[in-house]
Amino acid sequence: MADTPLVNLTIEGRPVSVPAGTSILEAAKTVGVLIPHYCYHPGLPVAGVCRMCLVDVEKAPKLAPACATAVAEGQVVHVHDEKAREARKGVLEMLLINHPLDCPICDQAGECELQDYTYQEGRADSRYREPKRFNPVEDFGGDVMYVPNRCILCTRCVRFMEDVAHDAVLNVSERGDRALIGKFEGKDLTHAWAGNVVDLCPVGALLSKDFLNKARSWELDRTASVCTGCSQGCNIIVETRDNTVVRLRPRSNAAVNEFFMCDHGRLNYRWMNRGDRLESPSILGAAGQQVVDWDVALAGAARVLKGKRILVLASSNLSNEAMFVLSRIAKASGGAGASRMVTGVEAPLPGVEDLALRADRTANGRGAELLGFTRSDAPLSGLAQGDAVIVADHDITPDDAALLAKASAVVLVSTVMPAGLPRADVVLPICNYLEEEGTLTNLRGHVQRFLQARAAPGMARPSWFVLADLANALGERMDVLTAGQVFALLASSHPDFAGLSHEALGLRGRPVAGATAGATS
Amino acid sequence: MGFPFKPHPRESTVLSKHFGEAEARTLDGWKVRGGYRALEQALGMDPVAIQNIVKESGLRGRGGAGFPTGLKWSFMKLGDGKPHYLCCNADESEPGTFKDREIMRWTPHALIEGCAIAAHAIGAETAYIYIRGEFTEPLEVMERAVAEARNAGVIGPNAMGSGKRVDVWVHKGAGAYICGEETALMNSLEGKRGNPRIKPPFPAAAGLFGMPTTINNVETLAAVPHILVNGGAWYKNMARADNPKSTGTKLWSVCGNVSRPGNYEVQMGFPFREFLYDLCGGPPRGRTFKAVIPGGSSVPIITIAEAEAAFMDYEGMVAVGTMLGSAGCIVMDDAQSIPRQVARLARFYAHESCAQCTQCREGTAWTTKILERIVAGDGTAEDLDTLLDLADNMTGKTICVLSDSCAAPVVSGLQKFPDEFKALITRKTVHTVPAIVA
Repeated sequence: MADTPLVNLTIEGRPVSVPAGTSILEAAKTVGVLIPHYCYHPGLPVAGVCRMCLVDVEKAPKLAPACATAVAEGQVVHVHDEKAREARKGVLEMLLINHPLDCPICDQAGECELQDYTYQEGRADSRYREPKRFNPVEDFGGDVMYVPNRCILCTRCVRFMEDVAHDAVLNVSERGDRALIGKFEGKDLTHAWAGNVVDLCPVGALLSKDFLNKARSWELDRTASVCTGCSQGCNIIVETRDNTVVRLRPRSNAAVNEFFMCDHGRLNYRWMNRGDRLESPSILGAAGQQVVDWDVALAGAARVLKGKRILVLASSNLSNEAMFVLSRIAKASGGAGASRMVTGVEAPLPGVEDLALRADRTANGRGAELLGFTRSDAPLSGLAQGDAVIVADHDITPDDAALLAKASAVVLVSTVMPAGLPRADVVLPICNYLEEEGTLTNLRGHVQRFLQARAAPGMARPSWFVLADLANALGERMDVLTAGQVFALLASSHPDFAGLSHEALGLRGRPVAGATAGATS
Repeated sequence: MGFPFKPHPRESTVLSKHFGEAEARTLDGWKVRGGYRALEQALGMDPVAIQNIVKESGLRGRGGAGFPTGLKWSFMKLGDGKPHYLCCNADESEPGTFKDREIMRWTPHALIEGCAIAAHAIGAETAYIYIRGEFTEPLEVMERAVAEARNAGVIGPNAMGSGKRVDVWVHKGAGAYICGEETALMNSLEGKRGNPRIKPPFPAAAGLFGMPTTINNVETLAAVPHILVNGGAWYKNMARADNPKSTGTKLWSVCGNVSRPGNYEVQMGFPFREFLYDLCGGPPRGRTFKAVIPGGSSVPIITIAEAEAAFMDYEGMVAVGTMLGSAGCIVMDDAQSIPRQVARLARFYAHESCAQCTQCREGTAWTTKILERIVAGDGTAEDLDTLLDLADNMTGKTICVLSDSCAAPVVSGLQKFPDEFKALITRKTVHTVPAIVA
């Protein structure tokens, strides 16, 4: 961009300088002016069909569509003058004449651009006295259903499937006011990334079947987070209602996932609400697991681990912070850390460079490797007779269970009791990733923060907090009160992470030293 | 006037001279009538020289917009290394217009020759003739003529032995009005849904298959051979003395309540009054003219008084508040109800809207519903205000001009004949005069 000449213009009285070729709509964003629009989306080719972004450009004979008009030197653009406002009012009125106005029963209500712009600048009444057009609801396959009566035919969904997913499923069928979004014969929205059409839809026409009638949007609490469905690390917004996760949605990040997330990640949230969580620390006694206080449990764990070579079996979905403390504990004992590979079928989104549902389905495999963990299909193969094992939120296969018989002690640091775990001398309950803060490192080495989205169950504590306490009980000196402090320790001891901090990462993340570039479209 | 009628003595038959002569459809028959002399001459000329002759002639686009043809051709950057394309717009879907059909039915080689000359003049090797889906007979005639011309080597890899490649292909549309819009036509030709594209980029920069493209109407291209043979000055002289901006002859398709409907070829600037009463024979017996839509259904309606004062050229029509358009002249006599006619036109546009732009998709249908309610006697005074406001929202705000075209007859109908609308609303009169065919 450095060699693209800048163009100077005025938008709503504000001076703007943007690279030549920028649209008026994007230029306006740079000075905080939102030009109302429906069909335009920065991740899709320009269609220019909704005619909502018409702006008044001085000396131009007609109103110009801001999304499809490039900036020109000396242009004076009015977004909110009488002429432009009247035009948008006209568009809004026409968009609503055949709209059922069923906001009280529409999932989109509260996050609907038709509502928002009508509230801002639409007519208070309608002059339409004729019968409304009606078309029945249609199942589009996948997680998507279509309510044609609410559709404003912005064609964002059609363009996403055709130009980004490269799987032309949707089209505009019919003409005139009979037009509606149709599916090509024999096709369904089964593409791994098809669910994005629901986010792209500015109104309540395309809805998630999974989220249908689950919550009103204004009841939701939203938290910036990172998807743990695979090693891509798509940025997401976690939406909870009454401490329960009800929906995941993509959060834009040009370096990782542009504007999108796959259906695998989107719908893979039910485990976050599991009811069978470990809620209190316990120690294996004569009468089985005895619930004890945190101090007793930590002292008990230190007692069974002390003096032994410690093997850490840790899920690569744990945060960098937890992994870091675990690696310290293992190293100090002369032991090692290991993690099982979790793989699946890779599913790329062809329209965006380097964006895919990755074959590596763990969120922090790269971070685990950078912190010295080995990843394999038989993570316990290095277990020797008499070693102690820390199982950190890792599942247990029958093979693992057989090997664990060799262990002198098993300490479980986990969100749930893994099925098949033969015994746990001490159980330390931890928060799952939505209940704590931390960072994850994606497959390209992009380190990204996630924030706490819900409260932890029972006595469960953040993983890094529990592990730091355990490390201290084992004689380490880890003086930490926040996840950020753990990360600071990590950054100061691992050159890959040098110079990074929670503050520096912000909500877009930063790459580790020597990382390759991420997604760009 | 074409087959089966003889031309009126006051017509200037250039394009329509051989209408009705079956022999003119064949290659030999066309050559006997002077055909392909212009192409032979053109293939030996520099493209810019051809452009200059057409510029000198003052030929303007006959499809409706009236853009100077030579100037349009000069927008094509010769030698830019890209394939250039010529499109011939034979979609002729404007209601009231049927001139291109006659050109293709009777003088297919005139169009092929015009296409080949124009292709050469813009540096194109390929020309596509996009024919309206409903034109079955013109399609057959054109395909036969193209095959004949290709077999004879008139067009093809070595057109007329010049060593230059000029291919002409005929493509049949599927019958959508909007495919007559130039960028929608290109989309349709590419196999896509016929939706108009946003401009810019203009076709001369990125048109068919993303390459520089020129698109011309059938009548425009058919006039080109005559201009090359007879010279630009000859064509330029066919004009009103006080208006040199409109030149040549123009085919007018006349339909509706006239004694002799049909195609008439007259010089630019012909007095409309004489045209309507002398050439077209005036209104049917016992009736009087009331209104005229002179340029196809997309242009504003004018009263007969305005029409009688008008001259039949681009500027003459603008002077009376309408446009020459495609010269599809729809004439209405006193038996016609203007609200009914306007409602029928609006219904056509609502049916044909491509559904891209909001104002057009919703506006055309809404306008139709209101008008049909008024015609049914359920209108209110507010409806008239709503119609005008809708028309304002539908004008100059969309990708193409289909919604403007729907608004034009509504606004002009309301302005010129307000009493007819008011009478329907107040139910003071009901229009019961039956239409007659003379």
